[in-house]
Amino acid sequence: MSKRVGIEVSIAIAEAVGLARAEVIPAYPITPQTHIVEHLSEMVANGELDAEFVPVESEHAAMSCCCGSCAAGARTFTSSSSQGLSLMSEILYIPSTMRLPIVMVVANRALSAPISIWNDHQDIMVQRDIGWIQTFAENGQEAVDLTIHAFRVAEDRNVSLPMIVNIDGFTLSHVIEPIELPDQEEVDKFLPPFKPRYKLDPRRPISMGPVGIPEVYTEAKVAHDMAMKKAKRYILKAWDEFEKVFGRKYNPVESYRTEDAEVLLVTMGSISETAMTAVDAMRDAGQKVGLLRIRLWRPFPGQEFRKAVGKAKVLAVVDRCLPPGALCGPVGAELRSLFYKIPGSPKIFSFVAGLGGRDVTVERFEEMVDKARAYAKKRPRELYEVIGVREK
Amino acid sequence: MKEVRIHGRGGQGGVTSAELVATAAIAEGKYAQAFPSFGPERRGAPVAAFIRVSDDTIRTREKVYHPDIVMVLDPSLPALVNVAEGLKDDGIVILNSDLSADEIRDKFGIKAKLAIVDATKIATEELGLPITNTTMLGALLKATGIVGKEALFEALEKRFGRLAEKNKAALERAFNETVTAG
Repeated sequence: MSKRVGIEVSIAIAEAVGLARAEVIPAYPITPQTHIVEHLSEMVANGELDAEFVPVESEHAAMSCCCGSCAAGARTFTSSSSQGLSLMSEILYIPSTMRLPIVMVVANRALSAPISIWNDHQDIMVQRDIGWIQTFAENGQEAVDLTIHAFRVAEDRNVSLPMIVNIDGFTLSHVIEPIELPDQEEVDKFLPPFKPRYKLDPRRPISMGPVGIPEVYTEAKVAHDMAMKKAKRYILKAWDEFEKVFGRKYNPVESYRTEDAEVLLVTMGSISETAMTAVDAMRDAGQKVGLLRIRLWRPFPGQEFRKAVGKAKVLAVVDRCLPPGALCGPVGAELRSLFYKIPGSPKIFSFVAGLGGRDVTVERFEEMVDKARAYAKKRPRELYEVIGVREK
Repeated sequence: MKEVRIHGRGGQGGVTSAELVATAAIAEGKYAQAFPSFGPERRGAPVAAFIRVSDDTIRTREKVYHPDIVMVLDPSLPALVNVAEGLKDDGIVILNSDLSADEIRDKFGIKAKLAIVDATKIATEELGLPITNTTMLGALLKATGIVGKEALFEALEKRFGRLAEKNKAALERAFNETVTAG
């Protein structure tokens, strides 16, 4: 039986990785991911988890080591944040096209400069196109559940892709809250042992990751893209099976009070909870407002998102990332592409909020909804607006 | 939902006391969050930790701006930090102090309801250390009843093992010695 406990989200994630029976964990500590890998290293040192914890010298080495262990057929986990994730960048593109199902939890944090250890989504948006499956957790329970789900999806032979579970640094990673920790029997039922189609084995030598001459490079990349698109089916299937075993249902896009809504807020990650409270307040005041929460970011669930929007006329999209000089934030841009020239599609406004640990409050969500309504009547000059900028 | 802000100095265990209350409330079947003030914390510097306790699912990731309860672990802090900042109108400030309510109101200008206990004295006598985080939980229980004593004792046992008994004694004494002033 699973048990409901008060536990720090980072510790719960480490426990989930243990329940998933990870075999190799190469990791380098960085705030705010530290507690996850610290606890895993303790579990290994105490003999509670039969795994190899590799205390590498950098994140670049962590991801290189992950590639090696996963290629050799070991269930492989790591975790990182911010500058550390950026240091991995050179390697991150490699396991995805090589189809190595590594699982990583990213405790999302801002990027320097100025130096910031606090939460936003800039670190992961820099890595948007690395070709890993990516989900975003809304609370501690999801962080645990999506971590277990990630192993199942990534290692599915129909998928064979690495997967990132994004959790907001500090606002999730450092919070103690109630979480249902599954028991070993349930996790074993949901997650079969890792059996890769190919692995590095001296008895049956193969080459992995050789040079891709111009005659094959395009095809390798197209195969990767096709694999990502095909993965969605298996992501959904694994969520269905997750529900059967654990009783909690997950969808690629979640709707909250969207019935008859005219304006929909669109969020990813833990601010979605505050956004729900904001929607409740606006509904109480008679406004037709709802919320869409994107849980699956890559592959992007376009069909599900369009369906979830329904007849809403205005989308107020919240980006936690400001790409200087771009037309708008990455989530806003994605949704504009999705609805481009589709008749009856909603007007989309992109708001940038919550950079470097700036709090996104109920009042901020109300402000975004009000502004999106106004901009639907009179188009603003820019396609995005940064919320809560101090003028003095 | 009740929101609590704990003021302490880095190393005094404010985060631990937040964790104890939240895990106890969750063990009672309630919903709770406990979190530090996010960021680097230094030993000795003024720091804060936060708790939310509710009978229903907590759907917010905002910071705590308007606490119902403020708990101050260190007697020197009210002179340095506006401990009553943002406190709700009917809120309460729980202080570790050897001063009377009138003296506290005069010296620090705190108008809110007060609960006072000399936790440094109790902790020194009961634990042999002037670390007041668990002692002050006795005052928190007495003044607010935010969580049950039994659940909190269980959380203490889980966290401190054989050291729990001394902490429980300090907590119990603080519970009995806390004075409230409307």
